[in-house]
Amino acid sequence: MSNYKMHLLVCSGTGCHASESDQLLINLQNEIALRDLADDVQVIGTGCFGFCEKGPIVKVIPDNTFYTEVKSADVTEIVAEHVIKGRKVERLLYKDPVTKEHVTDSKHMGFYQKQLRIALRNCGFINPENIDEYIGRDGYAALGKVLLEMTPEEAIKEVMDSGLRGRGGGGFPTGLKWQITREVQADQKYVVCNADEGDPGAFMDRSILEGDPHSVLEAMAICGYCIGASKGLVYIRAEYPLAIERLKTAIKQSIEYGLLGDDILGSGFNFDIELRYGAGAFVCGEETALIHSMEGERGEPTFKPPFPSVSGYLGKPTNVNNVETFANIPVIFNKGAKWFSGIGTEKSKGTKVFALAGKINNVGLIEVPMGTTLREVIFEIGGGIKGGKKFKAVQTGGPSGGCLTEKHLDTPIDFDNLLASGSMMGSGGMIVMDEDDCMVAVAKFFLSFTVDESCGKCTPCRIGNKRLYEMLEAITKGKATVEDLDKMQNLSNVIKDTSLCGLGQTSPNPVLSTMNNFYDEYLAHVVDHKCPSSQCKDLLRYEVIEENCVGCTACARNCPVNCISGERRQVHYIDQSLCIKCGECFERCKFDAIAVN
Amino acid sequence: MTKIKTLADLKKMKEEVRSKITLREQGDNPEDRVQVKVAMATCGIASGAKDVMDFMVGAFNKRGIDAVVTQTGCMGYCYAEPTVEVTVPGKEPVVFGYVDVKKADEIIEKYIKKGILLEGIIPVNYQTIE
Amino acid sequence: MNKIKVNIDNTIVEVDPGTTILQAARQIDIDIPTLCYMHLGDMGIEHKPGGCRICVVEVKGRRNLAPACATECTEGMEIETHNIRVLNARKTVMELILSDHPSECLLCAKAGNCDLQTTAIKMGIREIPYQGEQSTYKEDTSPAIIRDMDKCIMCRRCETMCNEVQTVGVLSAINRGFMSVTAPAFERNLDHSECTYCGQCVAVCPTGALTEVDHTNQVIRHLADPNKVVVVQTAPAVRAALGEEFGLKPGTLVTGKLVAALRRLGFDYVFDTDFAADLTIMEEGTELLERLNKYLSGDKDVKLPMLTSCCPGWVNFFEYHFPDMLDIPSTARSPQQMFGAIAKNYFAEKINVKRENLVVVSIMPCVAKKYECTREEFSVNGNPDVDFALSTRELANLIKRANINFNKLNDEDFDRPLGESTGAGVIFGATGGVIEAAIRTAYEVQTGKKLEKVDFEQLRGLEGIRSAKVDFDGLELSIGIAHGLGNARKLLDDIRQGKSQYHAIEIMACPGGCIGGGGQPLHHGDSSILKARQRAIYEEDANKPIRKSHENPYIIQLYEEYLGKPLGERSHQLLHTSYFDKSKKLIEIEE
Repeated sequence: MSNYKMHLLVCSGTGCHASESDQLLINLQNEIALRDLADDVQVIGTGCFGFCEKGPIVKVIPDNTFYTEVKSADVTEIVAEHVIKGRKVERLLYKDPVTKEHVTDSKHMGFYQKQLRIALRNCGFINPENIDEYIGRDGYAALGKVLLEMTPEEAIKEVMDSGLRGRGGGGFPTGLKWQITREVQADQKYVVCNADEGDPGAFMDRSILEGDPHSVLEAMAICGYCIGASKGLVYIRAEYPLAIERLKTAIKQSIEYGLLGDDILGSGFNFDIELRYGAGAFVCGEETALIHSMEGERGEPTFKPPFPSVSGYLGKPTNVNNVETFANIPVIFNKGAKWFSGIGTEKSKGTKVFALAGKINNVGLIEVPMGTTLREVIFEIGGGIKGGKKFKAVQTGGPSGGCLTEKHLDTPIDFDNLLASGSMMGSGGMIVMDEDDCMVAVAKFFLSFTVDESCGKCTPCRIGNKRLYEMLEAITKGKATVEDLDKMQNLSNVIKDTSLCGLGQTSPNPVLSTMNNFYDEYLAHVVDHKCPSSQCKDLLRYEVIEENCVGCTACARNCPVNCISGERRQVHYIDQSLCIKCGECFERCKFDAIAVN
Repeated sequence: MTKIKTLADLKKMKEEVRSKITLREQGDNPEDRVQVKVAMATCGIASGAKDVMDFMVGAFNKRGIDAVVTQTGCMGYCYAEPTVEVTVPGKEPVVFGYVDVKKADEIIEKYIKKGILLEGIIPVNYQTIE
Repeated sequence: MNKIKVNIDNTIVEVDPGTTILQAARQIDIDIPTLCYMHLGDMGIEHKPGGCRICVVEVKGRRNLAPACATECTEGMEIETHNIRVLNARKTVMELILSDHPSECLLCAKAGNCDLQTTAIKMGIREIPYQGEQSTYKEDTSPAIIRDMDKCIMCRRCETMCNEVQTVGVLSAINRGFMSVTAPAFERNLDHSECTYCGQCVAVCPTGALTEVDHTNQVIRHLADPNKVVVVQTAPAVRAALGEEFGLKPGTLVTGKLVAALRRLGFDYVFDTDFAADLTIMEEGTELLERLNKYLSGDKDVKLPMLTSCCPGWVNFFEYHFPDMLDIPSTARSPQQMFGAIAKNYFAEKINVKRENLVVVSIMPCVAKKYECTREEFSVNGNPDVDFALSTRELANLIKRANINFNKLNDEDFDRPLGESTGAGVIFGATGGVIEAAIRTAYEVQTGKKLEKVDFEQLRGLEGIRSAKVDFDGLELSIGIAHGLGNARKLLDDIRQGKSQYHAIEIMACPGGCIGGGGQPLHHGDSSILKARQRAIYEEDANKPIRKSHENPYIIQLYEEYLGKPLGERSHQLLHTSYFDKSKKLIEIEE
């Protein structure tokens, strides 16, 4: 039985792969075999280390040595020095950009500190269906501390001092919200957890509820104590069956332990939590619409004020916070507001969870301190663009956000910076686009989402977004004029300016930001009737390259609308007026005789 | 279950559980068991984590390996689901990506039994708080 | 309370806390345009969904524009109502609304009386730059109301009327986004819903999306038919409102001109529903006394309170929602149907015309009356007692079409015998009027004494639910009054739970009673118009020489010549009815 003494891990992610890590892998294996070390040392390829910028990477286990930018030429030295003599190859070690010193143990590398899991602290670590494991990780300690050692005012102050802002998108200071709700006099108040996560591609709330439901329950109870509510409601979309199951289990366990219910931990404080199911309407993430939905009314927003803090569920003061916001609360009490506010930027404290999606290597859920740059998120944590393509834009904030480009990559991510850049934090969706993406089509995609999800209550959102969508469609079909672009600009601004709720007020953002950053692309569609990324079907033109065509008839035989004519062994011809741009001829032609323009 | 009535109860309980978890984290004790955590969030389940978990539970029993298989939440490596974290006593936890039944079998046979690392390891790329 | 100071267009205005920007602006005569907003002051109804966004204004320090109708003033607020940003936004919003609205104003029933049209004209819209798909829906025609939702602008005033005011709960927003619209559940037709046809939705609809079924052309055809004798009756509330359609001040009584116009239109006999109202008092008043006396003598089978039954919207309402209480309302038919029955039997006989050749047209402030005259029990061998019910608005349209200069007409008198009425018949048009008229007669019949003071001020007013005690020579009668079906529901719930202390209750479906009916000239939510109409009604009553129904000489004659006595056999046949449990109708339709 072989028992390896050492492992050499070679990154085989797409990024490193592009920088020839597979050759490196083979060379290392050969070198080890050559020196007859194959029984002691194992060389294997691993998933992406997320550090593609410095690839290819070789990691040595057990001493955690982290070699960067390793070339095939370095193989001999690594084996001779490190594997055989146990001396690290200094020049290949990761160099800390601040201290300029080589880092010998990867655990101390800055890169690994780029992600900091606070809201996700227990996700992937504890069994979410076992309350004991949560308690073992300081679970319910914050609730105990708040209930028995703090007044509601002190507790609210702690949240205020932490600088925590709402993670649902708006970024309203959480402590302030609690305080306002506390100050309203009423016989009954409610704590509502907004788990109506609806941004396309966003799933951080679901993951928290699935991976660490107790942290949300604990936070809701703390909030209840602070604002004077004995009742909590989780508004969760019915499409999240697993999260619902885990929440139910968690609530049951908490009640059995007496951590929810009457006289929690002997404090005299009572708190119950119930679930309410939403049908998955995006607008129900807006807090007034959410409340109406819980009341059994049509899920549509109403004008604020009155804010839910004053008149919310059943007309009672109601504090609505998002899942991720709540997940931060217990940590703030366990580690202190000061600790929490030490993380992040001046006005945005703590971390933010993002769902990385799109043309990025490491699609997934990440949590980074506020102030991390987009570049770090996309290229270091996210492992860069798929297939080594060129980065074009990143959409943050879901359908309410905007597209940010190359020039924004070094902007530290926080609420205010994103807003200033023409996008927003939103709930944390982050969709990466590469050179193949047409920005008009991207704007159209997001707008089609808003058009579908508009509740229809106010004119600008109901009709304005529809018209905006129709104009975008006209552009992608080459039927729009430059004048239309001006109209779109005006219409977008009016929709932002006059819509009733956050959905409408932000819905033109994808259009405005793509128009601001990629106006050339719009012009290309409108003036030249061309889609620079060749994504807009209607603007494509399939043509026969006469000198390549041998008249094999493959294209004509497979054309679904029979718009290709030509005799056998003669040059073929495509009737543009009938062509539906399906691309079948292009696929079928073995002689590169079809051109796409 | 007994109710936790006071803060002292809660703290006591935490210490009990913590000591268990600490054992799991450090795993210095050679008699300790192999710990396997399967990421069972929606993304994991959708890509087959349930089958993997069922397989592993069954395989450990049949093959006489003293191991604890638990479910956990999303580790964040959605591109590589299903993901499984394996902690062999005395070693650092290792996360494997793209684990199907075949891969799980390999993990048991090679990594857990013989300590041979396999391809498809996902390097942990975050810090978490204590 | 401390006043709040705000600055609107560089004018400082002091307002009470809670005042909206819209209200504050109106205090200083700045007229911010609105569309979805609706304020029925005295009924406590303020509809301000903030949906249309026409009333947006700029508030300094606010990121986006604020809807004036829904934004409350705060101290020191600085507001601009017509700067370039506001004007552009408002214009764009209007262009958007118009881009999803059929441009067929010339053919629209609401043309000239359409809030959308008025506002668009005021804003000088000349083109619609945002063209695109229009949302279209199936047209829905019921016996009384037509829904053409292509014209709906989602102001949702109808929804507020139907749900909050009337608690009928038929119309509400369905679908989402661009296709959202107000409709009965599952987009069923109105006649497959619990709609009472009260017409309050029609009365408040700012566009032509909700209109009454138009019967004017059928009426013209009958007027032109030499073989037909066409008789017309006009409801009391019509005379207090018709003038508004001709530019007269609200509250102008036009009884004489109304008669003159109807005669010019070619009606062979111009009669008055007020006559039938007097007849109603005879029947309903007698029924009340009978029930009351039985009750007082200890008869446990007699149900009190007795409810009035003149209002077809109300009748529909309890047939749908209170089918367990069908024995509580009076069995007396409404004045419209009493008139129809008397005209087609007594009068037809009298002038020797066959029933089939007598056409009865009624002019009503109401759209439910259109439905009422189609009810099967009010016809003989398929020939209805009342052939057509025209709304006040439809009559105005007929008069205009006939080139009649209404305002210059000389006053004329109703024909006899069915045109003679008392002040008691007139006040049927206002909330509280029916019960007041009933008391004037019941008092004298019950006590045998002459009623010296016929004005019962305690029964009048515009409060939604009113109650009063009337002394019947030692016997204290407890009276309840409700107008608006939401208020009616409250009283009905009390009765159901055995909590009601009343002997008699008057209920009218429409807020204000018939003067605020769904067929009246549109008051666009201005409750001062309702008040003026109400004043006019009581003015007409005060000017009448006879003010008690039982003193109407032609009523006396009718009983002598034809009916015998109130609640007699013929009365029972012609003037009373029974009610149906409609709560299962919808389930049957479903199956």
